[in-house]
Amino acid sequence: MALCDPALLGGGWVNALRLSWLYLRVGVMNELQYRVNFVVQIFQSAITLLVGLAVLALVYSHTDELNGWTQPELLCVLGIQILMGGVIRTYIQPNMTRVMEEVRLGTLDYALTKPEDAQLLASVREVRIWQVVDVISGAVVLGFGLSRIESGLSAVDAAAFAIALLFGAVMIYCFWLVIATGAFWVVNMWTAAELFDGVFQTGRWPVGIYPGWLRVSVTFLVPIAFAVTVPAEAATSRLEWQTLLLAAGFAVVLLAFTRWFWRFGLRNYTGASA
Amino acid sequence: MTVVPQAATLPQAGRIRSTADFYLTTMRLAVQEQFQYRTANYFFMFGMVAEPVIYLVVWTTIADQQGGSVQGFTAGYFAAYYIVWTLVRNMNIVFGAPYWEQRIREGDLAGALVRPLHPLHYDIAYFAGWKVVVIALWIPLAIGLALVFDPTLDPRPLEIAVFAVAIWGAYLLRTMFQSTLGMLCFWTTRGAAIFDLWMTLELLLSGRLVPLPLMPDWVQTISWFLPFQWAFYFPIESLVGDLSDAELARGLAFQLLWILIGLSLFKVAWRSAIRHFSAVGG
Repeated sequence: MALCDPALLGGGWVNALRLSWLYLRVGVMNELQYRVNFVVQIFQSAITLLVGLAVLALVYSHTDELNGWTQPELLCVLGIQILMGGVIRTYIQPNMTRVMEEVRLGTLDYALTKPEDAQLLASVREVRIWQVVDVISGAVVLGFGLSRIESGLSAVDAAAFAIALLFGAVMIYCFWLVIATGAFWVVNMWTAAELFDGVFQTGRWPVGIYPGWLRVSVTFLVPIAFAVTVPAEAATSRLEWQTLLLAAGFAVVLLAFTRWFWRFGLRNYTGASA
Repeated sequence: MTVVPQAATLPQAGRIRSTADFYLTTMRLAVQEQFQYRTANYFFMFGMVAEPVIYLVVWTTIADQQGGSVQGFTAGYFAAYYIVWTLVRNMNIVFGAPYWEQRIREGDLAGALVRPLHPLHYDIAYFAGWKVVVIALWIPLAIGLALVFDPTLDPRPLEIAVFAVAIWGAYLLRTMFQSTLGMLCFWTTRGAAIFDLWMTLELLLSGRLVPLPLMPDWVQTISWFLPFQWAFYFPIESLVGDLSDAELARGLAFQLLWILIGLSLFKVAWRSAIRHFSAVGG
């Protein structure tokens, strides 16, 4: 098998990156034709941001700190949540909803018959570039929050933050792929996907404020805590190295499981009417 | 043979009876139809529960930090508020503005227009039937939430009665304003931005986010002049809070007032919209 040969494995990675890059470019060029969507997106991002800030202002008009988090620190959480939401809606969610839609329509077969790895193809075909506005607005909020924290951001914290953010994005991708793979059995996975939007809002607040059962759910069942709270802990210099290690371990386990589950799903998938 | 269309005008009493009959039949249909989709309906409800649970946890945390209450609101009050919130929010979901866009874009409206009854009648009746299913499905959910969050709820019989009326008032109130907003779709295909803005104002001014007394004074003042709080804060507070008989009556009166204002606005908007309309498909 190709995966066993180290030389080919290297070639495979380069090829995968090149392919992803190509899809990305075509997708971006496609989206750039619709300029008005940019204005609409800015408007929606502005509303999201204003509501987020209003809620924070409201909460901190009644208290000085929430479970040990000050207002600038929660600004960082808000920024990271908006940023991560932008990443999800730019790249992860569009690809995964397309898989679910194509299972329903039977057109996924066209992707499966291509010579490239099916999981790779399924994960890189779509991009909603205007959603990047949220990534930028989240980054600005994060920067603003950081600037108001007196201790500042050390190089180690910054590195830990970047790594935690990457792990978080990977875990969210895995979660979505598991949901999308579920569409091989249950056509009506749409509703589960809609659930995600609601649950992702839990990321607005540090996971520590939630009661135990909910904290475990939004950490391991839906890895929002890893995607938002852990990077936020890094940015506000309260991350313990064990947490980062746990994030790394869980990301690897989840990635392996997702890979297995996707292939398991494909083996059971008989195609539809296409 | 020619068929003579039966177009004799009905006497007034007959018209009311046939409209009532239409409502009952449509509601019954909606109940039967929606009860088949219990799983989908449940998923939808679960997705919605995330929002109030987040608010609840945040405010409970603040209350605990400050020795048990925020401005006199205890954790038990917040739990009751946000659990009742889930029912009121479910009642508040109506045939909204975005659906009008779909109805116009896909040409369904053309078919609806040749029916003898106004499409609004159909919307109100169908969604009202759906609400019956929603209430039935909500009860186990509410019991589950109550077991987890331990609400303080001690309503008087009158408060329960007012609540039972007020959730339907909220439903009608929101139907009127959402339908009026939906009329915008006759002119623009980009109504979504305006709907978003409206929903945001509603979120902040209705009591959906927090019980209104926790808002700054100026926000509370503004919300007195707007319909939002009568479709959210008042129905919830009628059951959870400690409103006097006069306040309960006043709330219902305000609901009625805003329903009538909304209906008038809708009628005006509808009249000019329908003149503007030329059908697509259908």
